[in-house]
Amino acid sequence: MRTRAPLAWGTLFGIVFGFLLQKGGVTKYDVIVGQLLLTDFTVIKIILSAVVTGMIGIHLMQSLGWIQLKPKAGSWGKNAIGGLSFGLGFALLGYCPGTIAGAIGNGYLDALVGGLVGILLGSGLLAAVYPRLKDGILKQGDLGNLTLPRLLKVNDWAVVVPLSVLIVLVLYLMERAGL
Amino acid sequence: MAADDYGDAVAANLWARRAVGIAIGVLSWFTWLISKKAIGCSTSFARSAGMIEKLFRGQKVEQRLYYQEVKPVVDWQWMFVLGMIVGALISSLLSGDFGWQWIPAQWAAAFGTNALLRVVVSLLGGVLLGFGARWAGGCTSGHGISGTMQLAVSSWISAICFFVGGIIMAHLLFAIIA
Repeated sequence: MRTRAPLAWGTLFGIVFGFLLQKGGVTKYDVIVGQLLLTDFTVIKIILSAVVTGMIGIHLMQSLGWIQLKPKAGSWGKNAIGGLSFGLGFALLGYCPGTIAGAIGNGYLDALVGGLVGILLGSGLLAAVYPRLKDGILKQGDLGNLTLPRLLKVNDWAVVVPLSVLIVLVLYLMERAGL
Repeated sequence: MAADDYGDAVAANLWARRAVGIAIGVLSWFTWLISKKAIGCSTSFARSAGMIEKLFRGQKVEQRLYYQEVKPVVDWQWMFVLGMIVGALISSLLSGDFGWQWIPAQWAAAFGTNALLRVVVSLLGGVLLGFGARWAGGCTSGHGISGTMQLAVSSWISAICFFVGGIIMAHLLFAIIA
């Protein structure tokens, strides 16, 4: 039987996420563009500390058999080209699909009137040309749902542990450098 | 606003920034545990684009190959993104930071206070961003946070390219054009 509980959970988790993004300052154009100009390291600090915390927890839950992770499939043609287009737009807009939701909640009208409309247009445009891309460029340099542990032919924890140490070290050094 | 002004604020909030990151990491445990979902946002914009197109073109929109794979319906993530607007509104109201604003300070310092110019550039940026997010199959949340923590190679490539593209365009815009 279908229930509305998943939608309610989605809403609740979204409220928490939006609250946190606003508290972190990343609903602001100046903070995001500051990161891309390499003058303000807020964005990367939040991402790195979220990734290290999340990574340890979700791999622990997977090792305990509580959850099954779903790493996204991709390819060089898909992720490198799409990623670069995203990046160029990221700097022009100064928000990303997540932080723009937060920016709208913060009252930023360039996000609501310009950015939101643009993202919807860009998404619709991709949907329109998708049949011509699907079996061509989006499959170039196919990776499947390869993960770093499978690439290196090691256990997940052989990547999680050293990567966690590395991320914490980077965060520490950024603080030491006064970034 | 000069970068230094923000630098001071950031320095004073170093632990706060990290606390926000850690809290997002903990949130991701619960989205996995309770909803079996990774935090993500950009698919919802594609679903919304499909829903809007349906208003104009009707049911035949669902025949598009893309919308057969990404159904134009409200789902968990769509409500998640809607919730984000509410969460940021609550946070900004509580801290007194909420305010209607057309022009961000750093933009105004470089390009002036013409709202139309800012909106046009935002729109162009949004098109490139939305197109790129759906091309890559994720955004800063889905690839940058959720995908990298799952150690997906596709997500690490995407996240690096988001920042490479962003750093290039930001410098082009503020160091060369401005």
